[in-house]
Amino acid sequence: MSTQRGRIQISGFDTEQVTEREPLSDWTAGGTGGGTEGRWHRAWRQFKSNRTAMIGLGVVAIMVVLTTFARPVDIAGITVQPISLAPFDPQKSLFLEPGSNVEAYDPPSLAHPMGTDASGRDLFSRVMVGGRASISIGFVVVFITAGFGLVYGAVAGYYGGWVDEVMMRIVDTVFAFPALVLALVIIAILGGGYWQLVAAFAFPGWAGYARLIRGEILSVKQNQYVTAAQALGARDRSVIFRHIVPNAIAPLIVQASLSIGTVVIGVAALGFLGLGFPPGTPEWGTMLDATRETLIQGPGGSIPWWATVFPGGAIFIFVMAMNMIGDGVNDALDAQSNVDVEQGGGN
Amino acid sequence: MGLRRFIVKRVLLTIPILFGVSIVTFGMVHLTPGDPIDVLVSFNPDVGPAEEAALRERYGYNLPVWEQYLRWMGNVLQGDLGPVITRSGVSVNDVIMSRLPETIVLGLFGWVFALVIAIPTGIYAAVNKDELGDHVSRFIALSGISIPNFWLGLMLILFGALVFNIWPVLPPRNGLLSLDTLWFLVMPGLTIGTASASTLMRIMRSSMAEELNKEYVTAARAKGLPERTVILKHVLRNSLISVTTVAAFLTANIVAGSVVVEVVFSWPGLGQEFVQAITSREVNLILAITLFTGVALVLANLLADIVYAMLDPRIRYD
Repeated sequence: MSTQRGRIQISGFDTEQVTEREPLSDWTAGGTGGGTEGRWHRAWRQFKSNRTAMIGLGVVAIMVVLTTFARPVDIAGITVQPISLAPFDPQKSLFLEPGSNVEAYDPPSLAHPMGTDASGRDLFSRVMVGGRASISIGFVVVFITAGFGLVYGAVAGYYGGWVDEVMMRIVDTVFAFPALVLALVIIAILGGGYWQLVAAFAFPGWAGYARLIRGEILSVKQNQYVTAAQALGARDRSVIFRHIVPNAIAPLIVQASLSIGTVVIGVAALGFLGLGFPPGTPEWGTMLDATRETLIQGPGGSIPWWATVFPGGAIFIFVMAMNMIGDGVNDALDAQSNVDVEQGGGN
Repeated sequence: MGLRRFIVKRVLLTIPILFGVSIVTFGMVHLTPGDPIDVLVSFNPDVGPAEEAALRERYGYNLPVWEQYLRWMGNVLQGDLGPVITRSGVSVNDVIMSRLPETIVLGLFGWVFALVIAIPTGIYAAVNKDELGDHVSRFIALSGISIPNFWLGLMLILFGALVFNIWPVLPPRNGLLSLDTLWFLVMPGLTIGTASASTLMRIMRSSMAEELNKEYVTAARAKGLPERTVILKHVLRNSLISVTTVAAFLTANIVAGSVVVEVVFSWPGLGQEFVQAITSREVNLILAITLFTGVALVLANLLADIVYAMLDPRIRYD
């Protein structure tokens, strides 16, 4: 046992010998022929059978691929993604081209399926590229905040006492503000831009995960395998992250999958308020900022509805698909945690 | 623990949080490189260094940060939120007093919409669980959570005001409680309430469905009560308790929503003022509105907890 640090081997327990079970318990040897199935495997199987969630996953995948391949991606001067699916340059005013018949606010047509915007730029290309910032910020922010919140909440919940008390009062304080208000103040301090937006949503975002994981840890640490691991001399870090966290993390994953959409809307909202990116940037929220006036007073008496409908519709569809995934994850992870209750309770 | 002790304990717990809220607010805003005087001077090239220093002294920006915090807190506790530096003769108190009623009326509209839509739909969905109506209302609730509020507002303007011509595009200028204004508020109220209504409907549905499985429901049915009485008198009362647990969260939602929705509908409330303060870096106004939001939500949370403890005595013993 000393060679396998942190692993606990159980001997003297033979599954073959357990033949008698409570008649009401509904217990079967499992659908996979007696072998055990990991909980993540089982959750994935559950998720796959959820049609709504799979549609959401498909839509998110398509939209991520489209925004990624809409225009080449350069990182530090090196082109990492050379493909360009967007039919036009999203930044170029097409009426400046010699011999072009494109005008500002052209209605949707075959050449421009979503029409053109105030500067005669192709809206379809802009909508394709426009998701890059919000979608990637959504994933980056959730990754950072869930990671930090996990460690923070785990430490507070495991140690308890005054450490917990102080750490949780800090969480309460951050929680006192709506995330959007804190994000606005941070943007007021740092100014707009990609990493500024990441910071703006990461700063208020972690507190929810910390509170959630702390609550889970408080109940998981009562389990006997935690006492066993401590008795075997495992270090705190190992007890927390190898024994407790894997059993407490399911609600965090559900929360994370539901938060991506919230952050995407938040980033677009700041863009809409003109605080995210410079005007004219092809970004879903920023594109809508320019259209508000056209609704109140249409240029030339007519209203270019396409400039409002398509960028916002893209945000809506992405967030909707993301929330469908989140609900699916919730069902998949929830269902498997209820199994014990159903087996024992028999009601 | 008795109700009185629970309330005292909960109120005492609120004090360090309020203190934290003031520190976070002040700390964030004062991390800004440069102070309002820099902004003021940058608009006016005639101001010399001596006048700049005098201005700084007058508004206390030459002091160390902790002293500025104490001065600010002292003033706030006496109800003085400071001057609006970029608008001469206007104090932050004036701005808040004139804008707050607008935001409160809008927020109340949002709350009423959320309750009026969510509670009946939630009951309906839970009673008809897994039937067509349930699926449809759940789909609509999911859409309501996913739709960005500013886009919903724009779409309502597009369709309601422009296509069907039934709603005014800009807020009317006559008083806050006139009929025109209330009619105008239908659109922003709907916009601000949609996300909350959807969240609330989902919570109502799941808590109703959970209550419906309990034994007292079977008992009530067994003694021959009509289904209507069982649902509306027994089940609804118990599941409404869960609404109080999210009330504070929903209030936060509506407060955050008001920032965006006020800009969409040109509604002259605190949210719009906040966005303007951020664009013009009006520090005192940013400080005041952020602090005000934080304190209001902490108190809303406190109130929700107390109401919850009154309705459901079990939680006092946790």
